[in-house]
Amino acid sequence: MEVPILKQGEVLIATFQAALSDADLENLRRGLLQQVVRFRSRGVIVDVTAMDVMDSFASRTLREIAHMIRLRGAETVIVGIQPEVAFAMVQLGMTLEGVATALDLEEGLAYLTEKFKSID
Amino acid sequence: MSAGEIRVAINSDQDIVLARQKGRALAIDLGFSAVDATFIATAVSELARNILAYARKGEITLRAVQGSNRRGIQVVASDDGPGIPDIHQAMRDGFSTSGSLGLGLPGVRRLMDEFGITSQPGQGTTVKVKKWKQ
Repeated sequence: MEVPILKQGEVLIATFQAALSDADLENLRRGLLQQVVRFRSRGVIVDVTAMDVMDSFASRTLREIAHMIRLRGAETVIVGIQPEVAFAMVQLGMTLEGVATALDLEEGLAYLTEKFKSID
Repeated sequence: MSAGEIRVAINSDQDIVLARQKGRALAIDLGFSAVDATFIATAVSELARNILAYARKGEITLRAVQGSNRRGIQVVASDDGPGIPDIHQAMRDGFSTSGSLGLGLPGVRRLMDEFGITSQPGQGTTVKVKKWKQ
C-alpha cells in the first residue's frame, strides 16, 4: 500500500492509512527519509488519523522515523492519534517519548512554523 | 468448529493486519465500545506479531464467549514454534528475545481481562485471552 507524501513548502506531509502492514511501514520510513534529503525539508508531519491500531511495531517505527529525521536536522510531528488508540498504546506500554505530537494537521503545521521561527 | 468461530492463519505481516481487522469486526458485532474494540484489535495484533516473530507461522482464533451473566470475546494465539523457556521472564515488561521486537505479553495482559499462557519448549505456545463486555 502506497502512503502519499505531500510536499508543502519546507514541510512534508505523510498520511497513513488504516491497514498498513509492517512492510508498508518500513517502506514509508525509507521513503520519508529519502524525500527529506531530496527536498531539504525542515519539517515532517505524519498524519495517523486513519490508523485504528498502533501496535508495538507501528509505535516503534514512528519513533524511529522521528529520531532519524531529527538527525537530519528536521523536525517531525505526529498528528491525529485517535483517543482510543492513545489509550491502547498506554496500556500496551508504548509511548512516543521525545516525539512531538499535535491534535491535527493544522496544529502540527502551527507547531512547525513556531519551531522554524525560533531557529531562524 | 463452533458457530461464529473465526480462524486466521498467520504466515506473513499481511496476516497480522487481517487478524486485527477481524478481531475489531467481531468486537464491534458483539457490541463492544470503540475503546474496547481498539484494545482487542491491538492485543490481536501483538499476539499475531509474536507468532510471526518467534514461530514464523501459527493461528489466531476469535470467538464469542458467554459468561454467567455477560458476553465476551476470546482470542487464542497458537503456534508450534520453539516455545518460551521462561514464561515469568517473558511476562516482564521490556523483555524480548527476537531482537528488536518485544514479546508484548505484559501489554496484552493489560489490554484484556483474562490472560492465560501455556508453552512447552520445542512444542509451541498457546496464549488465550478474553475481554468481557462492560
